[in-house]
Amino acid sequence: MVSTEQNAEQSRKRGAFKVTQEGVVTAIAVVLFIVFSVVLDRFLTQGNILALLKNVAILGMLAVGMGFVVVGRGIDLTMVAVMVVGVAFAIWMSTQGFGFGEAIAIGAVLVALCGLVTGVLIAVAEVPPIFATLAMASVVYGGGRVAFTSDVLYAPAGIEWLTYIGSGNLFGIPVSVLIFALVAALIALFLKFTRFGRFVYATGDNPAAARTSGLPSRPVVITQYVISALIAYGAGILLTGLVSGINTRLYNSTLIYDVLLVVVLGGISLSGGQGGVRNVLVGTVLVGILINGMTIMNFSYTSQNLIKSVILLAALAFDAVINPRDEQTSQSGDI
Amino acid sequence: MSLSQSIVRWRYRLLPDHVMGEILNKKWADSAIPFFALVLIVAIFGSIVPRFFEFSTMSILSAQVAELGLVVLGLSIVMISGGIDLSVGSTFALTVTTALYMMNVQGASLGTGLVATLGVGVACGAINGFLVGILRMRAFLTTLVTLIIYRSIFDIVFPKISTDIVMNYPESPVFEFLGIGLIWGLPVSFLLMALVSIALHIVLSRGRYGWRLMAVGGARRSAHNAGINVRWTVFSAYVACSAFVALAAFLFSARIGSAASDIGAGLELQALTATVLGGISLGGGRGSVSKALMGTLFVLMLSNSLLALGIPGPVNSLLLGLILVVAVFLDVRWVKNRHKLLRAVYISPTYNKMPPAISTDDGPMEPNDRLREVGVIGLGTMDGAEDVIFDRDDNLYTGSRHGDILRWFPPDYTRHEVFAHIGGAPMGMVFDAAGNMSVCVGGMGLYQITPEGKVSLQTGETNRSWTSVADDSVMKLADDCDILPDGRIIFSEATVRFEMHDWYADALESRGNGRLICFDPKTGTTKTLKNNLIFPNGVCTSYDGESVLFAESWACRISRYYYAGPKAGTVERVIEGLPGYPDNINRASDGTYWLALMGSRTPALDLSLEMPAFRRRMARRVSEDAWLMPNLNTGCVLKFNEKGEILESLWDLGGQKHPMITSMREHKGTLYLCGIFNNRMGTLKLPDADQTWCGLDSYWRKPE
Repeated sequence: MVSTEQNAEQSRKRGAFKVTQEGVVTAIAVVLFIVFSVVLDRFLTQGNILALLKNVAILGMLAVGMGFVVVGRGIDLTMVAVMVVGVAFAIWMSTQGFGFGEAIAIGAVLVALCGLVTGVLIAVAEVPPIFATLAMASVVYGGGRVAFTSDVLYAPAGIEWLTYIGSGNLFGIPVSVLIFALVAALIALFLKFTRFGRFVYATGDNPAAARTSGLPSRPVVITQYVISALIAYGAGILLTGLVSGINTRLYNSTLIYDVLLVVVLGGISLSGGQGGVRNVLVGTVLVGILINGMTIMNFSYTSQNLIKSVILLAALAFDAVINPRDEQTSQSGDI
Repeated sequence: MSLSQSIVRWRYRLLPDHVMGEILNKKWADSAIPFFALVLIVAIFGSIVPRFFEFSTMSILSAQVAELGLVVLGLSIVMISGGIDLSVGSTFALTVTTALYMMNVQGASLGTGLVATLGVGVACGAINGFLVGILRMRAFLTTLVTLIIYRSIFDIVFPKISTDIVMNYPESPVFEFLGIGLIWGLPVSFLLMALVSIALHIVLSRGRYGWRLMAVGGARRSAHNAGINVRWTVFSAYVACSAFVALAAFLFSARIGSAASDIGAGLELQALTATVLGGISLGGGRGSVSKALMGTLFVLMLSNSLLALGIPGPVNSLLLGLILVVAVFLDVRWVKNRHKLLRAVYISPTYNKMPPAISTDDGPMEPNDRLREVGVIGLGTMDGAEDVIFDRDDNLYTGSRHGDILRWFPPDYTRHEVFAHIGGAPMGMVFDAAGNMSVCVGGMGLYQITPEGKVSLQTGETNRSWTSVADDSVMKLADDCDILPDGRIIFSEATVRFEMHDWYADALESRGNGRLICFDPKTGTTKTLKNNLIFPNGVCTSYDGESVLFAESWACRISRYYYAGPKAGTVERVIEGLPGYPDNINRASDGTYWLALMGSRTPALDLSLEMPAFRRRMARRVSEDAWLMPNLNTGCVLKFNEKGEILESLWDLGGQKHPMITSMREHKGTLYLCGIFNNRMGTLKLPDADQTWCGLDSYWRKPE
């Protein structure tokens, strides 16, 4: 009985702690928002808030995909590469005589294929996810650079729905934000209520146990990477709508680390099996405010990187301290 | 013998395929694949790239090898410890900046500049080490973030001092020599790197620190349990890595003398490709200096050749990325499946045609039921007594499966005590003139036990044979021993390829895997007398004072080895074509010998011994419990004389009282029977034998 009570107590504590971690991040976000509103005169303007929301939509969508993979104890560093190359490929197809809609569909197939290859590398060939995705990212981007002669590809003019999702408003809210909300809600429901979603948590929590108990862990992992690639592609289309083109040089930026920052700050442990879309939302808001504030304060690109990286490092350290790696279930190649 | 049989026989005699498994077992086998990849690269690009082998190309290449090689060596240290360091490129950029600033702008001396450069490197490494080693953060992600941080710092600092660097020249002539000097036609930096490599190789393969590093990388938890300070070991690996990178940066600065804003970008991917291609595993615990250097050469030759062929940069890096993915894939599969491959390849049966068996239909080998009436000792208490021996006070000694030597007390042998505990699997025993027991212990070697029960190792190693691929100096299965009049002990080692519990695998191979070894207690030396024996088992000193008899189980024969006299060193067949598998041989009271047959030959197994390919298929495809094995149920005890004539045999058909006999010993008119899988010992009265005969007296004259 004592042990049961202790367990209950522990789990309550842990539960409480989880809430506080998420709460702390929310509180910081709110405090930052208030401080920026007071200190920076250009922060609390309608234009800035709209820009913030739109930027957040891209970041948030990528983060939802990343979070989905991280919950299953994976990581997907190919997202930005897949996003820029996939969309660039679609745009290029549309200049080769395909309709834009068809081109987008073909691009989606290519992107899903990239996700499939990554997933197979991780699930079947058992290459550590972080390594497989880093290498795949450079392969995908390298392939893109070989194929496309220019860095910037512009979307064909006159595609109304693209302009609409980029700059349209519905009930006063930017459509891009609504799409982000929709994707987030879908993934959240998927994780929470479908059998597959529970498999993702089980695989992330203890892959060996999940496999032993008969879950289709390999298909689960592969599907995760396909879905995250497709989400990245969606974010890319959103971005194209926003700026009416795609710059493949985006791959060289630190965007993928911003995405990671969102996920880790939001409280999804890299050990897998914990957290959900809500954490991503909280992290997105905080990082969005941070980036926006720093931009307004006219920090140089380099110093922004420095600050973000240090924050990410601190968040990772915090994660490592409160969620120490499970030596029982971590594999030898798990670095 | 038909032609096809001769072909099979010669094929297995000329192509020793057991070597394959032994090569795979070697540590250096891992390096074979990267080595051949390197040879392939040299062959391909050497033929299509112009000026590939020219001196100027090679000179530039060796300078590049020195710099990248040091970075790869540093990364290898971290990877052997089970981590990874992606920040090497940024650390390189920072340390190059430091070196150039110190040497060009500050005009520092070589020592000061080097110390400052190394200092910055060590500081970067210490941050990584603290985060990964002490805080136990994930190496990959952490160093990926520190990569950005160090790079950001470089991006902030470098533009402020870049003009100063270009405008000034270093004042130290030694620094300049370091960059462009040649010794024996080789760049100084290359020689320096070679020195560092040799030192690191010694530390990694021979030094305590290297072993700890390997242990931590191989099995973190076990290393911790073994008392290694895991956190500080990992910490030190990162510091060492960054120090190596700083040294490389210093050499680079000396050679180039300036820096661009993209210096070191992508270096981590290049270095990582080199390490993985060299065969240093991502999981840690495996790797060496030679592998790191092979990988370095591979990557540099590939990228330089592609550059020389005019392949555009993006394609170049795409190729490098693809090669990296493929190499990691191969590495992961190799590490995971190596032992499976080894198991499939290791057992390699050979051709062993058995001579026709001596008839058991009539003659002395005709089965009877004389063992049906044996008495029983220690029923249910004895466990795995392979051999038995008596001292002059009639005490009976046996080994046991638990690694004990048990002493049973006369007259009825119902009480016993643990005489000595050795461990391993005690097998054949013998007493020397002073009453010390020598015992063969499977898996350990030859041990001595004094009359007081004190255990000491006599020998566990013999001379390594020159032609063997595997190191065969350590004894795997010492089986039976006997003592020569001068006190030397001759003992058999049944097989050098398998552990004791895998004896049936050796039976399946039926190759000459065993040997006869001699230990001289006077000098403490051990020498192999005869190699390539087919599971040599029982050993018995002959009465003639110049030879020993030994049994080869899977060849079903008894041979004689001359240790002295005119035929010294030669082997002579004594009995061939036994109907069963011979085990121990011991002296009988009437000047003849007792021999135990532990099991009987079966036609199916005999036939399969002439079909090695069939047995190999069986070993690979059928689970072990379904293999053809020697029948170890029905055996017998037989008596033979010095000429090899079988005089009589004692059987227990159906194995009702005493199945499976591995040894027997005559003592004062009674024959004692042991079996390694039995839970008892049998006793058989010998009414016609000398009722006072004790084996010890037959070796050492009866005391007055």
